[in-house]
Amino acid sequence: MSDSWRGVAAEDKDHIPETVSLLLRSRSRRLLGDLLRPHKRAIALLTAVIVVSNAAGLALPYLVKTGIDSGIPPMADGRGSGTLLTIVAAIVGAALVQAVTRQAFLQLAGRIGQDILLELRRRVFTHFQKLSLSFHEGYTSGRVISRLTSDVEAIAELLDSGFDGLVTAVLTLFGTAAMLLVLDVHLGLVALLPLPVLLLFTRWFRRESSAAYRRTRETVALVIVHFVESMTGVRAVQAFRREPRNQEIFERLNADYREANTRGSRLIAIFMPGIKLIGNVTVALVLLYGGWLALHGTVTVGVLAAFLLYLRQFYEPMQEISQFYNALQSAGAALEKLSGVLEEQPGVAEPPRPGELARASGALRFDAVEFAYGEGPRVLPRLDLEIPAGQTVAVVGTTGAGKTTLAKLISRFYDPVSGRVMLDGVDLRDLDEATLRRFVVMVTQENFLFTGTIADNIGFGRPGAPMEAVVEAAEAIGAHEFITALPDGYHTQVGKRGGRISAGQRQLVAFARAFLADPAVLILDEATSSLDVPSERMVQRALRTILADRTALIIAHRLSTVEIADRVLVIEGGRIVEDGPPDRLIEGSGRFSRLHQAWVDSLA
Amino acid sequence: MPSDDDDPDAVPGARQPSWRALWRLKSYLRPYNRVLVVSWVAAFLGIAAGTAVPLVGKQIIDGPVGHGDLGGLLPLGLLALVLGIAEAVLIFVRRWSQAGPVLGLETAIRDDLYRRLQSLPMSFHGEWQSGQLLSRATTDLSTIRRFLGFGALFLVMNVLQLIAVTIVLFHMYWPLGLIVAVSAVPIIVLSLRFEKRYIGISRRVQDQQGDLATLVEEAAVGIRTIKAFGRSRHLYEGFDETARGIHQTSLAKVRLASRFFTFLEVVPNVTLAMVVLVGALAVARDALTLGTLVAFTTLVLQLVWPVASLGYILAMGQEAMTSADRVTEVLDTVPEIVGGTEVIERPRGHLRFEGVEFRHPGSARPVLRDVWLDVRPGETIAVVGATGSGKTTLTALVPRLIDVTGGRVTVDGHDVRDLTLPALRSVVATAFEEPTLFSMSVRENVMLGHGDAGEDDVREALEIAQATFVYDLPWGLDTRIGEQGMSLSGGQRQRLALARAVLGKPRILVLDDTLSALDVETEALVEEALRRVLADATGLVVAHRASTVLLADRVALLRDGTIQHVGRHPDLLATVPEYRALLAQDADLDPDRALR
Ligand SMILES: Nc1ncnc2c1ncn2[C@@H]1O[C@H](COP(=O)(O)OP(=O)(O)OP(=O)(O)O)[C@@H](O)[C@H]1O
Ligand SMILES: Nc1ncnc2c1ncn2[C@@H]1O[C@H](COP(=O)(O)OP(=O)(O)OP(=O)(O)O)[C@@H](O)[C@H]1O
Ligand SMILES: [Mg+2]
Ligand SMILES: [Mg+2]
Repeated sequence: MSDSWRGVAAEDKDHIPETVSLLLRSRSRRLLGDLLRPHKRAIALLTAVIVVSNAAGLALPYLVKTGIDSGIPPMADGRGSGTLLTIVAAIVGAALVQAVTRQAFLQLAGRIGQDILLELRRRVFTHFQKLSLSFHEGYTSGRVISRLTSDVEAIAELLDSGFDGLVTAVLTLFGTAAMLLVLDVHLGLVALLPLPVLLLFTRWFRRESSAAYRRTRETVALVIVHFVESMTGVRAVQAFRREPRNQEIFERLNADYREANTRGSRLIAIFMPGIKLIGNVTVALVLLYGGWLALHGTVTVGVLAAFLLYLRQFYEPMQEISQFYNALQSAGAALEKLSGVLEEQPGVAEPPRPGELARASGALRFDAVEFAYGEGPRVLPRLDLEIPAGQTVAVVGTTGAGKTTLAKLISRFYDPVSGRVMLDGVDLRDLDEATLRRFVVMVTQENFLFTGTIADNIGFGRPGAPMEAVVEAAEAIGAHEFITALPDGYHTQVGKRGGRISAGQRQLVAFARAFLADPAVLILDEATSSLDVPSERMVQRALRTILADRTALIIAHRLSTVEIADRVLVIEGGRIVEDGPPDRLIEGSGRFSRLHQAWVDSLA
Repeated sequence: MPSDDDDPDAVPGARQPSWRALWRLKSYLRPYNRVLVVSWVAAFLGIAAGTAVPLVGKQIIDGPVGHGDLGGLLPLGLLALVLGIAEAVLIFVRRWSQAGPVLGLETAIRDDLYRRLQSLPMSFHGEWQSGQLLSRATTDLSTIRRFLGFGALFLVMNVLQLIAVTIVLFHMYWPLGLIVAVSAVPIIVLSLRFEKRYIGISRRVQDQQGDLATLVEEAAVGIRTIKAFGRSRHLYEGFDETARGIHQTSLAKVRLASRFFTFLEVVPNVTLAMVVLVGALAVARDALTLGTLVAFTTLVLQLVWPVASLGYILAMGQEAMTSADRVTEVLDTVPEIVGGTEVIERPRGHLRFEGVEFRHPGSARPVLRDVWLDVRPGETIAVVGATGSGKTTLTALVPRLIDVTGGRVTVDGHDVRDLTLPALRSVVATAFEEPTLFSMSVRENVMLGHGDAGEDDVREALEIAQATFVYDLPWGLDTRIGEQGMSLSGGQRQRLALARAVLGKPRILVLDDTLSALDVETEALVEEALRRVLADATGLVVAHRASTVLLADRVALLRDGTIQHVGRHPDLLATVPEYRALLAQDADLDPDRALR
């Protein structure tokens, strides 16, 4: 089975080309540094605590050695157990110090880790919200979810266990090496002999697993995207018997993910025993050489015991280090993805120095505007248009003509390729988001309801609006009646994506929401297409009063809407082919006149 | 040590997870029984080898070193080397062979989860956000994988190692052995207490993560609406609240775990001190050799790791239990809508609603009641009704996206519930009121249910739906359309969904207000083409406009949850005032009012 079902798109967001991987590294590092910076002092404290904790841990074998070497002989000589008791007390003391510091470490590290995660979640979420629609169109919600769930969790995992493992391992590594040399230089050197091998081996593992984990992140993202999409569109999936094919695709993506995972765990399967092997060989060497030395009385039995203990302490955490790499690689790959998102610049950027606009009258102007989606063809070849404040303009034209595109430019979902769109003489690019949205609101062709109550959803137009205002908005556009007929009235849960109310009802709620927002410029894109005729008429009646003092752009195929317009624009292929008051256009013999006639005929 | 000052696990009403769910999932490992045996055997032998090394050390100290026997040193040293290598090899065998079963388990459960989810009805999907489902299919499954793969093995191995070492210790010098054995008691007691509290917290974190995924999902899917109103801030607040909730719960989890883990580390260390004390005293009295004491301390230190990691593993186990619970919760949901056994050999498309009632679960008023409607083969009926009157509900009953709660729907005399789902759904094709497209190639979107359709069939369907614009897209039919078809215009999306429905010439064609986003001229063209399709197919057409109603032979008026009138459009217009109110646009045509 090939990949052709996915289709071709201009760019593939999942692929990370090898050539730029170095850059990605530094970009992830920057993000990591950025996240850690506020915790500098806590991390310093953390380091101090962990040093103490490890020192206490390291002291244990040494104390055992002292116990054996200097505690036993006095007793054997009948000089009492004073030395031994002191040493045992020291062991207990060291154990307690280690415990206290370790707990402090775990809690502190946990807090820092969680703070970082919170910050990361906040940042990525905010950034996703900031990125423009052109980004989201290619990225898909599945990927957004994957970034904010599985990728953030990979980093959580690193912070949870990996960090602890690394610090402990590194400290133990150096501490133990030092202790070994202090205890006995010769034996110490023999014990440290395999160290270079260890380092080379670790480097090999790091390089190999880096590739493996990147692949894991990529494959899991595809699994997530397919999963989310098939669940979102499950209605069509079931109605069109798509299940077997979907299952086939899913199982293949899932198998790819498994493949990537297998590679990762195979690497660990080599790395972990490899470390163990090096450790065990060292132990045997120390036994042999140390035994030989002890035999000649060069080292004491206590030293030999201490060596065996230290080597154990040395290599056990080394196992842990692979766990750390494991976590680090996943987190590293996740971090690459996340930092990639964070570095993505919004196509529609906030102005560095926003222009002032305290009150907008709602005058709109298109000044030699050209627009294309990405690399695609010009959707709007060249557009000059002036809409005075307070005018109600109906936009009509065949489907795909560019009506919605025009509306999106006014809402600044996109910026024109060339030319300017202006509100009250200010280029939209000079207005900050908050200002623009206060004055311009659009009811999109695809209205979206959030999980929550009807009141929540209407209130979305003006968060914090009192209930009376919500009811008033619903009443104004004629939604009040159906809402109060629902079992819980305004507090009815609309369900996922508003699935518990009908399509027309969703449209009414979306409409009420826009009304509540009370903007200077209101754009309605097919906002009544799913309503029955009486409801539509009711909305239109409401619009007459609502639109009296604001600028409005109404896109509609049902020409009944035109009756409330002051002016009609007919758009074909992204150009305005007719422009004028409706009655004049109808009387003429142009495009609109024909359209209108066709519409009148369709009513018969 | 954990104290009871803050009890973070007071989650009322949470399903009490148990080992049972996890135990059940274990059956996914069955195909790998052989490999698993190998890996477990390797694990045991590995422990044995690992435990033997310090014993060789003891021999070296007590034997060659103690007696100055140079000749005995080499063989013992080599034995230690061989044992060490054997241990490493055994660990390799265990790890290498584990990868297959463990990942196989995860993959198989995920496949099954997906299959189950695809078979669950709309009523289920209406309640569950995909984010919640997703967190089960990803996070929860990898938690289970990690535990069943490594955690469970380590748990058993660590316990075995503990027991093995303790036995060896007893054997070597029982008073010391006893000390080590007694030190296990507080660990066991505390572990049990810890388990109970940890379970509550970890379930809560997992639920909160699911909630967060839901919020993220809405923020991503609803991005247009959010941007249109400039409400990022508002959404951020909701997100932040949940994220902070996770932060709080996770901190509570960290606190609990840190106390427990620390305790687990301190016990073996204190034990070590006791061993040194008692052991040294014994050596002094010559009750114990020096070599044995060295071996003893090595072995006790060897226990620190397994015991300390016991904490992590138990925590992992808790999480895996919670996850298994969340996963089986979905796997155990029985699809309410399952196919029957009958198939229609040569479907004619005779659709009947017989006294149909439909009521949403838990709602007092039925949406539909006592609906009788007979659509003869080849006939087209328009369903007309006010907004929210139940038209979409009525159409969803035919392909069994929902099931009647009373009466029955029949196709060619078969109750739809007696037909197999593929049989039924290949007879009925629906174009939904919302286009429901996927971010796949255009071709794949159109051929959604007809993997075997040829190029000509696709072209024909696209022509009927006036959707040939797709040939002009950059890569033609292979162009990937954005999620939900968002890189297309509203009308283009709708026509693509229509093309999908007419592809394969279904016997029964259901159109739910599918022409609403088309301009008058395109609508006329589509209607023209549809008229040809509907000439020999049975049609159920939901319509708000007179123009669409004219596609139909007869019209059914849906009002107050039932079909009140059926008849020809002109007749109803003339005789039924409610119908006239719904469809007649006289008011709009009134010249003075229309143009002010
Ligand atoms: N996000 C996008 N990316 C690429 N192309 C797009 C995108 N949105 C729209 N287009 C294309 O731009 C053209 C104009 O689309 P637009 O949505 O403005 O049409 P419209 O006039 O609103 O049509 P309709 O009445 O069907 O809603 C169409 O050919 C469409 O395929
Ligand atoms: N899950 C649910 N629980 C309770 N009520 C529901 C649920 N889903 C839909 N409803 C109600 O059922 C009624 C019928 O909805 P339906 O979608 O069938 O209407 P419709 O006739 O298709 O309307 P429209 O013309 O707006 O599409 C609506 O009033 C709606 O509020
Ligand atoms: Mg549009
Ligand atoms: Mg409907």
